[in-house]
Amino acid sequence: MIRFEGVTKRYVEASGTGGGAESVAVDDLTLEAPTGQITVLVGPSGCGKTTTLRMVNRMITPTSGTISIDGRDTASLDVAELRRGIGYVIQHAGLFPHRTVLDNVTTVPRLLGTDKRTARSRAMELIERVGLDPAMARRYPAQLSGGQQQRVGVARALAADPPVMLMDEPFSAVDPVVREQLQNEFLRLQSELGKTILFVTHDIDEAVKLGDQVAVLRVGGILAQLDSPARLLADPVDDFVAGFVGRDRGYRALSFGAALELSLADEPTVRLGATAAEVRAVGTAWVLCVGDAGEPLGWVRAAAVESEVTTRVLHRGGTVASTTGSLRALLDAALSSPSGRGVVADDDGRLVGTIRAAEVIPAIEARRDGVGATTGSGTHAQTSARPAEEATAR
Amino acid sequence: MSLSLIWGWFTDPANWQGTDGVPNRVLEHLFYTGLTLLIALVIAVPLGAWVGHSGRLRWLVTGANAARAIPTLGLLFAVSMFVGPLIKSDLAFVIPSITVLVLLAIPPLLSGTYAGIDSVEPAARDAARGMGMTGWQVLSKVEAPCALPLFLSSLRSATLQVIATATIAASVSLGGLGRYLIDGLASRDYVEMVCGSILVALLALVADGVLAVIEKRAVSPGISGRATRVARSRARNSDPHSEPDSDGADRTDPDPRQAALVGSRSTGPVEATAATGTPSERDRT
Ligand SMILES: Nc1ncnc2c1ncn2[C@@H]1O[C@H](COP(=O)(O)OP(=O)(O)O)[C@@H](O)[C@H]1O
Ligand SMILES: [Mg+2]
Repeated sequence: MIRFEGVTKRYVEASGTGGGAESVAVDDLTLEAPTGQITVLVGPSGCGKTTTLRMVNRMITPTSGTISIDGRDTASLDVAELRRGIGYVIQHAGLFPHRTVLDNVTTVPRLLGTDKRTARSRAMELIERVGLDPAMARRYPAQLSGGQQQRVGVARALAADPPVMLMDEPFSAVDPVVREQLQNEFLRLQSELGKTILFVTHDIDEAVKLGDQVAVLRVGGILAQLDSPARLLADPVDDFVAGFVGRDRGYRALSFGAALELSLADEPTVRLGATAAEVRAVGTAWVLCVGDAGEPLGWVRAAAVESEVTTRVLHRGGTVASTTGSLRALLDAALSSPSGRGVVADDDGRLVGTIRAAEVIPAIEARRDGVGATTGSGTHAQTSARPAEEATAR
Repeated sequence: MSLSLIWGWFTDPANWQGTDGVPNRVLEHLFYTGLTLLIALVIAVPLGAWVGHSGRLRWLVTGANAARAIPTLGLLFAVSMFVGPLIKSDLAFVIPSITVLVLLAIPPLLSGTYAGIDSVEPAARDAARGMGMTGWQVLSKVEAPCALPLFLSSLRSATLQVIATATIAASVSLGGLGRYLIDGLASRDYVEMVCGSILVALLALVADGVLAVIEKRAVSPGISGRATRVARSRARNSDPHSEPDSDGADRTDPDPRQAALVGSRSTGPVEATAATGTPSERDRT
């Protein structure tokens, strides 16, 4: 557990006239980041997130207040030792350009005196674990994409198996598609490792996606709200937080909690290569086409098929929801489907059935009535990316 | 004067023997150069590394650069006049010569070392400290290896300058290849002067070649740009789908700073100093 107690950081701004104006970057912050959970610090640029994070590993010294990790005041520890026990991931990865990926990852274990072979074999494990090809181990950072560099950065921070991780906007310098991949794998990794993580981002979507709890900071380093993502979206404490979490928060709140029991409709399907006659025999204007393994490929408009179903005529606009996914994904699948029937697949990607938006809405309303009762307790429903059993195991 | 005269000078066995023979003069010249560089390195590298690492006293680098404007020959006579009466031996000439050459070598080495350390990516430096490296470890394990290309190009620059300028030692009655220039001038033996100049140029070329080889071996492929080039050509020749990570789209462009390093390597050593004209401001919290 990382505990901030009345932590304040003031900067004296150097000015030409000799005297210095003081600016408060973090103001009397009291906060707990519980063991084994992800605590996200979020807020507009300049609100003191980075300063807060860097005070934990004493890259910045607080003006007043104490920060303790598992009850030990960080100020009382040797600074190099403290830092070697904390994983540190930063925005541009900060890999060492002159070292191979493997040697980057072994940095902290080597500092701690682990012998080279042990450090390397553990590093190889980690490199695979963060989703990199083992062949990448011999490459230099300049030979990697931004997303790959971030993975190496995460592997490097994990190398000495620190119980605590500090992450400062680790995914914000990569494009949105890669960011989402990295976020998902980060959640998967965390479900296996259960580190105590302090995570900084300016992106509220990332915050509610990744955080077990989210601390919203306002400029001047003042804690505006500390809550579960679901509570944050459902019940912002003031206009600042409401404005910051965004306009479509009602819709986004649907991301939390797997859908309750839903009855899916069976959907007749055709395969690629089906003739026009076969397609029209189904009898609906839009017909779902599936692949050999039963995976949904896309919708075809029966009237548009001339001789047979080819990949060219497939409509690919519809999203596919998972049976273990959120209500948001289900609703989105229904809304994005040209037939109005949202495609639902199991975890292996095989078609299970379809659902209409009108059938999702009652489920949303049923859940809201249920959620109202549980959010009061302070715990929040699990995000769809983390099945409930993993979360309780931690 | 013709090429045959020059050829004649070089093939005359008399010019290859004794104190005034080419081997001895080359050795003397190398001795002055080596001693000068050694002293200059001992002064400039720790100082430049400290300024780059700590970000303090940057004006030292700028100041040293300004000192390059002092005319070498004038300084040599000034120092000789000052030291001469104090010491009664050959050292009375050696000390002024070496002093002047050291003063010549320090500015490029100082700014090369500083610029090298200063050019280290702030994120890498930050990560190094954040991972628990001590100040010395950050310097030796991260900053120094990354600074190597700029430092080595400044060393090449300094070496060339010292080899060329060490000829002035002869003007205060010391040896080295400068003897051929001074003595040739005194006896109006222009062939000897030309041949002396050719020897200086050859020596400079050889020294630069040796340093180039060292540079190639010492600099990590990760920063010399070699690794990237290999990867590029490999990527071009192989199936695009073999890329194990699908996020090739956001491949980072080669760091412009690296491009600059590669550039200064190939175009010669002088740029290392130009890079220090405006020390970049950097967050050092
Ligand atoms: N070294 C510094 N000197 C003076 N002010 C600083 C320094 N570092 C940060 N600040 C100020 O502290 C505030 C918080 O900065 P920071 O923690 O980096 O914000 P964030 O990470 O939330 O964008 C900002 O107003 C910034 O200008
Ligand atoms: Mg920041």
